[in-house]
Amino acid sequence: MEKNGLLEGRKKFIMHKENEVPITISCDENSLSGAVSQRACVYCGARVVLNPITDAIHLVHGPIGCASYTWDIRGSLSSDSQLYRNSFSTDLREKDIVFGGEKKLASAITEAYAEYHPKVIFVYATCVVGVIGDDIDAVCKNAEKELGIRVLPVKSPGFSGNKRSGYKAGCNAILQLMGETKIVETIPGSINYLGDFNLAAEAWIIKSYLNEMGVKLLTVLTGDSNYESLLQAPRAELNIVQCAGSMTYLAKQMQSAYQIPFDKVRFLGVDETVIALRKIANLLGDTDIIKRTEKLIERKLTEVTEVLKQYRERVQGHKAAIYVGGGFKAIALIKQFNNLGIDTVVIGTQTGDQEEYEMIRSLTKEGTVILDDTNPNELQKFMLEKGADILVGGVKERPLAYKLGLAFIDHNHERKHALSGFEGAINFAKEVDLTVNSPVWDYIN
Amino acid sequence: MAKSKSRNLVNLNVNPCKMCMPMGAALAFEGVEDSMVLIHGSQGCSTYIRRHIATHFNEPIDIASSSLSEQGTVYGGAANLVQGLKNVAAIYSPKVIGVLTTCLAETIGEDITHIIKESGVASELKGIDIIPVPTPGYAASEYNGYFVALKKIVAFYAREPKVKTNHINVIVTDLTPADIRELKRILSLFEVEYTIFPDISETLDAPYKKGFDIKTEGGTTKSQLRRMSAAIATIEFGWMTPLGLSPGRYLEETFDVPLYSCPLPIGLNGTDLFLEAISKIYDKQIPVELKKARGRMLDAMIDSHKLNREGRAVIYGNPELIYAVSNLCIENGIEPVVIATGTDTNPLVEQLDQQLSRYRYNPIILKDCDFESIQEIAVEQKTNLLIGNSDGKFIKEKEDIPLVRIGFPIHDNIGASRQLYIGYEGSLRFLDLITNTLIDKKHEAYRDKMYNKYFVN
Ligand code: SF4
Ligand code: SF4
Repeated sequence: MEKNGLLEGRKKFIMHKENEVPITISCDENSLSGAVSQRACVYCGARVVLNPITDAIHLVHGPIGCASYTWDIRGSLSSDSQLYRNSFSTDLREKDIVFGGEKKLASAITEAYAEYHPKVIFVYATCVVGVIGDDIDAVCKNAEKELGIRVLPVKSPGFSGNKRSGYKAGCNAILQLMGETKIVETIPGSINYLGDFNLAAEAWIIKSYLNEMGVKLLTVLTGDSNYESLLQAPRAELNIVQCAGSMTYLAKQMQSAYQIPFDKVRFLGVDETVIALRKIANLLGDTDIIKRTEKLIERKLTEVTEVLKQYRERVQGHKAAIYVGGGFKAIALIKQFNNLGIDTVVIGTQTGDQEEYEMIRSLTKEGTVILDDTNPNELQKFMLEKGADILVGGVKERPLAYKLGLAFIDHNHERKHALSGFEGAINFAKEVDLTVNSPVWDYIN
Repeated sequence: MAKSKSRNLVNLNVNPCKMCMPMGAALAFEGVEDSMVLIHGSQGCSTYIRRHIATHFNEPIDIASSSLSEQGTVYGGAANLVQGLKNVAAIYSPKVIGVLTTCLAETIGEDITHIIKESGVASELKGIDIIPVPTPGYAASEYNGYFVALKKIVAFYAREPKVKTNHINVIVTDLTPADIRELKRILSLFEVEYTIFPDISETLDAPYKKGFDIKTEGGTTKSQLRRMSAAIATIEFGWMTPLGLSPGRYLEETFDVPLYSCPLPIGLNGTDLFLEAISKIYDKQIPVELKKARGRMLDAMIDSHKLNREGRAVIYGNPELIYAVSNLCIENGIEPVVIATGTDTNPLVEQLDQQLSRYRYNPIILKDCDFESIQEIAVEQKTNLLIGNSDGKFIKEKEDIPLVRIGFPIHDNIGASRQLYIGYEGSLRFLDLITNTLIDKKHEAYRDKMYNKYFVN
């Protein structure tokens, strides 16, 4: 290690923006051993995507820990079944590791069915299962035959990649559920909305806009979705995708399987929301929809512009550090901070890709530090060096910010306020104000 | 007589009432001065464990992972482990690194003790004690993991002492940082010297100060750990601990340090037993201040005794904690209707039997259980109080039974590390919390209930 406190093996994951130099940063690689990565695992990624499916049983095949630590830690809301909020595990023990867990899994599925009568069970294979060689495909197939419901394997041993591979595993399970080819008729003018997990009602907020625009929203993938609504999804005319990191893959697969075209949108921040709504209206090409959309936008803008201006006056001039899971969120956050008169001086993601990092570079000022898969040590170093006084991050970063005496914005799956759409933009500004203008900062100096 | 049961579904655990071994072991190392933990396995376990600990204590928790990938899983993870140790040493320069394993590492046959020895990494990282603790998550819960780590740490430092000292060891479990500060106060009132192990009073509840350092202050020091084998006695809050896991028993068997196994000092009787043990070891009177506190507790128990008799409690969590909490409930006439733990083995029934039969309580005792089973019985038995960690919030939400929080994890309330449960003062606070919860619940529904039941026009 050098004097500046960085591990040699971490240097290629860190970049200082200097305007003319094109981006060179390593990403999408394995975490460095011992470097205290903030990342989770493949299983975690799969769970992000599938967990919001409300009437499914999410059965974690493995020892208890993986299920225990992920029990109801995400804030997806449901308008109907609450089954998804339970944590099911085969709770493998020593003897199962030695003799294999297939039998136990099969019995667990039978028990789960008898007790809850779900229409679909997702079986997550965790690390150990990947090693002891349980044939979960076979077990799931048998169970399907026996019980007459869908039982879908999700290959998500933690070691087999990172969170992104987990998103993919989750998407594959959804595809399997929907079927390989299109056998149902398209519903004209209908769309699916991919990449919203209905955290703090975010998908419901977007749905309210679409309703007002006169757009028929068929299925949200996967926020507040269920077995029936997922089966409807192949009938949509158009897919719109948010949270590019996890769901573009699914959109592409749906395009080739069901010939549904897709386009990307972002509902984080006022500007992005306006662009997104117009884009959807134009893609559908219906003049009534376009008219209604403009009316909606106009109304919403008058509602929020003045409020945001007031917030801006109270928060501008601060300097932000951002450390979040995906690149798409990071990009949206930079823009939102910009609108509030706040520069981003340190920015990193757990799983951003080259394209996203390039975008980040183009949006930030010279001298900004860009980090892939960073750790607390680096975060601390660069936040102090760059004079950041506000951090956006997940629950693991929060205590670090507070110990450093920095304001903090919660950007995690547990939060209780929406960050999407016009409402979300106000919530965000409000949260920035709540934290940076708290009297507590007057007492620590 | 208590009835013992297991969980409802045999092959399916629905809403786990336990965590896994490395979690407990990581918590144990949090109380060792200037220590870091490296978990040998893939990234997820370590991140999840960190997250769980961080949200409970609201403190930065840095736990490293050897980040095993596909390759490491197939060809062995020795290289990852060694590199991980070096990187942890480089960033944190700790005095101690606890190396834990996961299900994955154990299943692919990683022998961490061997790897550390053979690779020569220990001599390369001079001045750092590397303590390997195998903790396959599938083998047992965090309760066992905690004690396994304590024992390994004690054994790592214990040497045949040249001279005996006049201090006592106090080996603790399930205590909050505030509890440990109270423990120190009590021991100081006795004017005795002590080693508390592990000591999270500072490491997991650090004061704010300018110029935060990634290294935390506090924790049991190396020299304290070294002198444990020279102590005049060990008091271990390990009433339920299987003998093979007990660090106190190890010290007794190997170095003749007499062991006083006590329940957690929660409740009147629990606190009495602890104070009596100190008093006996040193042949000292119980300090006046503590006697007064005991009197105040009795006074308060009388004040609230009728209110408490209406309590029908579900008590769940680690064996040690539920034993102590059950006793506090029994002393106060709160009926322990369900006593539950997700951990597999414990002698809970026998241990509680005398107290239970004295008041003719017949609780259902659940071992190796999950929250689905607890929920069902809680409703069946018309209970009106949940006592345990945050994971009971599900039952609270669905069945509208109030929850009084104690144990780990607590992440739906703030201030878990500041809660005081032990000694007469802590027990009394806790009892008041329980009583007030019962009062609130009663008052909330009182007027409507009376109206609906009796009013006629
Ligand atoms: S049970 Fe095993 S695999 Fe799961 S989190 Fe614990 S150590 Fe990791
Ligand atoms: S065992 Fe594997 S799947 Fe489970 S939490 Fe650990 S890394 Fe993730």
